[in-house]
Amino acid sequence: MIFVAVGTQLPFDRLIRTMDQWAGEAPGRKVLAQIANGTYVPQHLEWERSIPPEEFQAHLQRCELLVAHAGIGSILSALELGKPVIVLPRQAALGEHRNDHQLATSKRFGARGLVRVAADETELCQLLNQFETPVSETRITNEASPEFIHNLRQFISQATSSKRGVL
Amino acid sequence: MMSERPAKILAVASGGGHWVQLQRLRPAFVGHQVTYVTVGPCDVSAVAPAPVKLIADANARTPIRMMWLLVRMAWIVFRIRPDVVITTGAAPGYWAVRFGRWFGAKTAFIDSIANAEKLSLSGRLSLGRADVTLTQWSDLATEHGPNYWGSVV
Repeated sequence: MIFVAVGTQLPFDRLIRTMDQWAGEAPGRKVLAQIANGTYVPQHLEWERSIPPEEFQAHLQRCELLVAHAGIGSILSALELGKPVIVLPRQAALGEHRNDHQLATSKRFGARGLVRVAADETELCQLLNQFETPVSETRITNEASPEFIHNLRQFISQATSSKRGVL
Repeated sequence: MMSERPAKILAVASGGGHWVQLQRLRPAFVGHQVTYVTVGPCDVSAVAPAPVKLIADANARTPIRMMWLLVRMAWIVFRIRPDVVITTGAAPGYWAVRFGRWFGAKTAFIDSIANAEKLSLSGRLSLGRADVTLTQWSDLATEHGPNYWGSVV
């Protein structure tokens, strides 16, 4: 199953329309999309507007591929489960977000080989057509980098040792 | 040896990616007493058995909800009196930092990893107000903040 997610906050009709058309031409593929409050109503794929967190996690667990907006929540949740991710970044010029931070996010995550980035709808279809379940997964741990954890632990222990009036 | 007592930590994030990033910091909280604050609906079981307080989401374009968020956050901080406030943003984290400081907490504002080219609005507002404002991209760090201590990935 290919799972498509646009996040909870904003519609992303460009992604859903593209996925719907692609699903129409690839009848063997099961596609399930979370579409938020988009106005485009899909014809060829299963869809829901919002999916409760536990169920969302279950869909991720089951899917072979996540296709999503370049939202950190969607990306990290999928990578923690070792699922491959294709992102189509939202663009401010198309009214899809307040600014273009998703372009920056996808560039950085793409450069680290964590996600595949589709610059536009055509590229998204190309990536989908090329997609085969990869042999080696790009799984990430569910923890921040050891360096970051260490620094935060130090910050926390300084707070208790420096606080006045303790003991 | 420094005698370590468990710290009372208030860990704050709005929904979606902010909440996912906060969960990835959990190993830093081990041995301490954590209360989470986030925006519902969310998977509270992910951090069980730690208590989770739910708040209304708000941003600069929803002033009425922002007022409500402010009151609720002030109340939560007042009741918990955290030693440490750690947040991954956005608006709820900013307010947790402000109120946390009033009550003598040490505060860290961690800007989302989504902000790869520019600090978020709440991140910029936290500069100089949080004890430390952190970016997750080393090239965004400057001498006067934000600092770079690592990233959630």
